[in-house]
Amino acid sequence: MKESLNELYKYRELLYTLAQRDIKVRYKQSVMGFLWAILMPVLIVMAGMLVRYAYAIASGKPLDRADIVGVAVKSVPWAFLVSSVRFGCNSLVGNSNLVTKIYFPKEIFPMAAVLASLFDFVVASAALLILLVALRTSWSIYLLWTPALLLNLVFLAAGIGMVVSAASLFFRDVKYIVEVVLTFGIFFTPVFYDVGMLGNKGKWLLLNPVAPILEGLSACIAHQRPPQLVWIAYSLGFATVVFLGGYFFFKHLEPAFAESI
Amino acid sequence: MSDTAVRMDQVYKKFRKGEVYNSLRDLIPALTGRMFRQQELSASDKREFWALQDISFEVKRGQAFGIIGPNGAGKSTMLKLLSRIMKPTRGSFNLEGRCSALIELGAGFHPDLTGRENIFLYGAILGMTKREIAARFDDMVDFSGLAEFIDTPVKRYSSGMYTRLGFAVASHVNPDVLLVDEVLSVGDQAFQNQCVARMKEVIRNGATVLFVSHNLKTISEFCTRCLMLERGRAVMTGPANEVISTYLKGPSTAHLAEASSKPVAISKVRVRNQRGECSRFESGETAWIDIELTARERSPKLSVTVYLVDNEGQFIFHSSTQRLGLGTFTLEPGDTFECTFELKLNLVSGLYGVAVTVYRYDIQTAYDRWDPATTIHVSWDEDVRGFANCFPKVIRQEIHKASEASSVAGEGAPPVPQDVKRAG
Repeated sequence: MKESLNELYKYRELLYTLAQRDIKVRYKQSVMGFLWAILMPVLIVMAGMLVRYAYAIASGKPLDRADIVGVAVKSVPWAFLVSSVRFGCNSLVGNSNLVTKIYFPKEIFPMAAVLASLFDFVVASAALLILLVALRTSWSIYLLWTPALLLNLVFLAAGIGMVVSAASLFFRDVKYIVEVVLTFGIFFTPVFYDVGMLGNKGKWLLLNPVAPILEGLSACIAHQRPPQLVWIAYSLGFATVVFLGGYFFFKHLEPAFAESI
Repeated sequence: MSDTAVRMDQVYKKFRKGEVYNSLRDLIPALTGRMFRQQELSASDKREFWALQDISFEVKRGQAFGIIGPNGAGKSTMLKLLSRIMKPTRGSFNLEGRCSALIELGAGFHPDLTGRENIFLYGAILGMTKREIAARFDDMVDFSGLAEFIDTPVKRYSSGMYTRLGFAVASHVNPDVLLVDEVLSVGDQAFQNQCVARMKEVIRNGATVLFVSHNLKTISEFCTRCLMLERGRAVMTGPANEVISTYLKGPSTAHLAEASSKPVAISKVRVRNQRGECSRFESGETAWIDIELTARERSPKLSVTVYLVDNEGQFIFHSSTQRLGLGTFTLEPGDTFECTFELKLNLVSGLYGVAVTVYRYDIQTAYDRWDPATTIHVSWDEDVRGFANCFPKVIRQEIHKASEASSVAGEGAPPVPQDVKRAG
């Protein structure tokens, strides 16, 4: 364990280099350049606003500004999670020539996928910030929660990435399962809606470990409220288990990668 | 630190062949099926095979060690174990210090990135830090000779340029132990010579080098000791030239066993000098090759051809009894035929195979072919390369100082124009 962590540390520059490669390649190939990073978040935010608008008409409650901000604030991290899991899932199979030819700690691949998605996330967040300022969102001391919540999300994304990348190396159809879960996951996660809309039963949705993070971000950015500590603790615990479990799972299977790919 | 750089101790490696479930769609029905039919488990165990069995060897620090063997002998598996990409099923394996592999040059390149970006990427994949790469960057670019294309995406490179850049990066890692695949046979002659020179430099700098190759020329040129693999087992370990000779003679018993069923078979091939049977010659010395044929059926219009083969399997010389003006001959059942070729070995130093065929002209068929029937070592003290030894001597060399006579065009020999090298 200690040995493999040491090794990971030794290869940390490779992690940055690979993430850098993914970013460069993604932006080089596209005409739109950096706009690419915000395309998906913008689409998700627009879809979310449409859903909220429909909800406002159906319920007869007017759509207020905090709701729009809330949807925007939740959509961008969701887009990050989706892209890091999607790229992570493909990261080993897509680099099979490196997996079978050269030795280095392979968890670098899913981690680099998360890092590259994080870069997109930062670009999209900058755009989001402009939106927040334009909407004249007020701010509060609870904004300090944001980094902690995001860190929680990154851990979760890296953990899931390690599990699905290793699983899809052994079973090629894992990719399709992941794709389906990512596509419909948005309906089981409070991105377009708030947990509160479902009344009392809404708390069951918070069992989804992504939900407390998104709800927390919406609370402290859009509503100037503190997040629900119990659920944040639950989500953090979940992310830790997924991350450590994913790491051990990955390391356990790693010796068989080259002959199974 | 001990003086052993690499040690393998009774290493076994097992692979599963045949059906491997690589999708859940196949696995889940198979698992449920298996619950009901227990015996299938043991059947699947039989589909395993041992790629390597009971391999033990040691390589001393600073030594160049070769691993040879025919296709399927386990060389690639060995390489993967050594580079730690795979783990042995059984046995222990120890490699001291930083290990790097010259395998699949440019495996880490991304086509859309420029040469410069790829140097940093590939360097990082090979375990170098950014600072180390930056420090050796200029050497790598110089070595590759691609300075003017370094900011072009590598997808626009020719395959030669690709491997040159790959070799340039991989050979500048400066590891304690270096693994080398078939990579020295890439690129044009000029670049190959450059690669060979670079490898010698790496060895001189004290790295332990393991060559895994079919290319016996490389092995005999670099390695002092050698391991020969056959079907996953270590057949022989010892001084490189002895192991290579054994390897080349390997199929002879197989040939003789087969030969008894042929209408006319080559039953003996022997190389000798004036004193008797011999396999080591000075360049320019004369060799006599005795060939004996045995006939089982009546066969007219026969001719015997003798070939010299270099270690890449190229025929560098051949001639036949028919072509040398003796015409063809006829053999009756039970006849034996003997002939002797006299060859003057004007060859550069190296290891050559002697191959023999019997050809029947009227039905245009080779009755028997023995390749290689035996091997010969040719040695010569001077450094001459290529195939033919022209016994060169430099008989004139002058330098005309520009300060003394301004009209003189250069040095003793005309310099090779730089452009020619780059065009390759």
